[in-house]
Amino acid sequence: MSDIAIPFAPLPRTGIGLSDALVTIPLESDRKGLTKKEVAADHPTWCPGCGDFSVLALYFKLIEKRKIWHEKITTVAGIGCSSRFPYFVQAHGAHYIHGRALPFASGISLSRPDLHVFVFGGDGDAFSIGGNHFSHTARKNIKMTYCVMDNWVYGLTKKQTSPTSPLGFKSKTDQWGAVDYPINPMKQAIAAGATFVARTTHTNPNHVLQMMEAAMDHDGFSFIECLSECVEFYEGAFDSSNPRKGGTFNLVPADHDVTDEFAAYKLADQPFPGSFGIFYKNTKPTKNAKEAEINKSYSDKFKGLKDWEILKKNFDKLK
Amino acid sequence: MSDSASTAAPASSTPKVLKIEEAVIRIAGNSQDGIQAIGGFLARLAGRSEQEVMTFMTIPSTISGGPSIFQVRIGSGEVLSAGDEADMLLCFYQHSYEDHINSLKLGGIVLYDADHVTPKPEWQENYRHVGVNISSLTVEAVGGTGRDKGKNIYSLGLLAKIFDLNIPKLTKLIEERFGGKDPAIVQNALTCFNAGYNHSLENLLKTYQFYDAEKKNKHQVVMNGNEALAYGLIAAGVRFGAGYPITPWSDIMELLRRELPKYGGSFIQTEDEIAAISMAIGASYGGRVAVTGSSGPGISLKTEALGWASMAEIPLVIVDVQRGGPSTGMPTSVEQSDLNICCFGGHGDSPRVVIAPASVEDAFYTAIEAVNIARKYSTPVIILTDQAIATRIEAFEEPDLEKICQDISPDLTPVNDHKPYDLSVGDGVTRHIAPGTRVGSGKYPVVTGLEHDEMGHPTGSPKLHVQMTAKRRNKLRKLAWDFPKLKTYGPNEGQILLVGWGSSEGPIREAVDRARAVGEAISGINLKYLNPLPNGLEEIFRGFHHVFVVELNDEGLYGYGQLAAVLRARYCEPKIRGITKTDGLTWKVKEILDRARTLASQKV
Repeated sequence: MSDIAIPFAPLPRTGIGLSDALVTIPLESDRKGLTKKEVAADHPTWCPGCGDFSVLALYFKLIEKRKIWHEKITTVAGIGCSSRFPYFVQAHGAHYIHGRALPFASGISLSRPDLHVFVFGGDGDAFSIGGNHFSHTARKNIKMTYCVMDNWVYGLTKKQTSPTSPLGFKSKTDQWGAVDYPINPMKQAIAAGATFVARTTHTNPNHVLQMMEAAMDHDGFSFIECLSECVEFYEGAFDSSNPRKGGTFNLVPADHDVTDEFAAYKLADQPFPGSFGIFYKNTKPTKNAKEAEINKSYSDKFKGLKDWEILKKNFDKLK
Repeated sequence: MSDSASTAAPASSTPKVLKIEEAVIRIAGNSQDGIQAIGGFLARLAGRSEQEVMTFMTIPSTISGGPSIFQVRIGSGEVLSAGDEADMLLCFYQHSYEDHINSLKLGGIVLYDADHVTPKPEWQENYRHVGVNISSLTVEAVGGTGRDKGKNIYSLGLLAKIFDLNIPKLTKLIEERFGGKDPAIVQNALTCFNAGYNHSLENLLKTYQFYDAEKKNKHQVVMNGNEALAYGLIAAGVRFGAGYPITPWSDIMELLRRELPKYGGSFIQTEDEIAAISMAIGASYGGRVAVTGSSGPGISLKTEALGWASMAEIPLVIVDVQRGGPSTGMPTSVEQSDLNICCFGGHGDSPRVVIAPASVEDAFYTAIEAVNIARKYSTPVIILTDQAIATRIEAFEEPDLEKICQDISPDLTPVNDHKPYDLSVGDGVTRHIAPGTRVGSGKYPVVTGLEHDEMGHPTGSPKLHVQMTAKRRNKLRKLAWDFPKLKTYGPNEGQILLVGWGSSEGPIREAVDRARAVGEAISGINLKYLNPLPNGLEEIFRGFHHVFVVELNDEGLYGYGQLAAVLRARYCEPKIRGITKTDGLTWKVKEILDRARTLASQKV
């Protein structure tokens, strides 16, 4: 090459073009916990009566109760009714493509250890188009909280069969009733190697909040299946789990050992409505921790060297 | 070999020494013979001797075994291609001999392993045959059996003798390569090498000697295109990437996986191609431009996510190491048939930047440029390289790393207020704040693939869709004005202009040199920026009777290669025509010239 043009000189780090004087931001020490009003953004686009409202309200409550700041969390979602979530939360958020919220969230989680990433989505996103990512994010134990709002139906596209629709469910794509065996999200999560697996339902707000808190506090990939009724396309789907509708809400038995994978699998095998609570939990190191460990062992060898000096060492070997 | 008439060695008893400018050596064997190692040593030696070098290799796309070649062109002057015809063919088997004799120029030398090759009498007239029992002599030299692994190093010794190569430098290279392991291994290698070097080549009377290369100011580094690209990304400040293994992209991810931890970064091997681009986009959104990449089918899989990055205006670098397509295609062959998918692939209007490095050295700098365009214009940038650049080795001047390396870590300084998709900013370019940034107003942005308002919230407004679509397009129009001014290789007017991109640049320049030497008014131009195209091309086209776009892809249904079709659509210029081929091999200079001359003689 005779001459090489690099028309783009390095941009300064602070060059994002924001010139406002920083006068209105209170000092870190003067900050008070956020109120629901401060965490709420757009009014949700969900149908009146949708179970997702309760999940959102409890996410707000979690932020309030645990005094989380706007900028310390990132809310990520894929595509579906429930995946509109990030627009309704006043915090950094991303509404990504269908089924791929987990790898997107992994990119944030692995490169930004200072943030807690919450992912919200539906059963189609998690177990159909994004099924592959669910398994791999779980087995890698990438730190984040994943709440699947399971309504057993495709709602955004107006009533098609979902991977969790029970056999016989009549939808626009199975007029005679669903013929494919449904996925059992709890079994799927346990088998994939998720290190925190819990089940809750939108009709029991205190329980949802408990599960969200426990999931957030778990150092690893924490998965919650939250039953969330679609009043428009699958009304009454979860009635048998709701005492107010004559159903039964059974907590995971007090003597259940959450570290026992086989016991967890057995719980997951109960017929609907099954049990609610933490099915499984272990303390395997996260991928985040493992990568950090690799980084440390390598970067220690180059301590004190500037980045260009490290690269120079490679180039010296290529002469 | 372009040798000069002067012979340096006087005495009749010693072999004559012929001074040469350059040599093209083709080594043919099977993929497990270590012929890449011979080529690698020759290339590294050339780099240390301030010579120019370019290599070319073919690899079978089988798991193990199969015929393979490695061609090295070493020159004291500028080397622009791996060479049309070889001066010497080193062949280990009968099939290597028979399959590659055609690549040798008339009068060239066949150096063959007499243990495995039986020369054909009819070829002995046209080519000088030199037989050496390479296999058995290697076994003899290092003793024992099953040692024929060393025959590549033995052959290197033979070549060192024939080309009067610098023995101390070569010995050092061998020691470096095999050092650190069992000392017996280095010893073994040196024994093989010396045995080859000391073998008497009675029937080969001449020894060749390269002219001294022009003294270069700085040290040269020797590497292949994938390495150069990966190191360029590191220099640019990239510290996170994600990928899925696929040939020939995998080397880049392997290198980044190995190197990034030294800088506190990581490269993640994902479950699939879609996860790879998604993870890279997630990390980019996290505040520091990240990289993903692939080849062939992997690029197809990434297009939906790429569209999201265009829509959400997230900076991202995507490397496409092109191989033969479509589908699984020809995984280890070169082709330039991904231009369309890279420039236009995906649903909807999704503008993105596509730039193509032209050489190994250029791959290093292109990586840095891609990162900086991505940051400055908040856009996905595709680096469109190819298998030929990826696998070939070149020597180039060591970059000034202290000056070049940049820090692009995220800036989390709090802001008062922020609108990522602000329609009123002068340059029309989106500025994201990374998650973790406090916003004084308490209004936080969302990034999305839905059409959105200035805060990133979804909208169905026809007016906003018009405005945002224009915003995404206009920033790339603006980028086109930032590109360096176009320059032709050769005069800016004449009979034929050869337009190329990517790895065709070298052969085109050599074609221009060759044509100009015989008085033909042929010039060349390399288009590094493929999307958006640089401004000022029509002016350049005006200076020529014919504009031929030389590219490694199919002429398509309408008779034009992929770039030619884009240029015709852009400039409505009937004199633009295509010179294309799909044999999976790089351009020979002669091919380009023959095709250009024929095409010029045909009516438009």
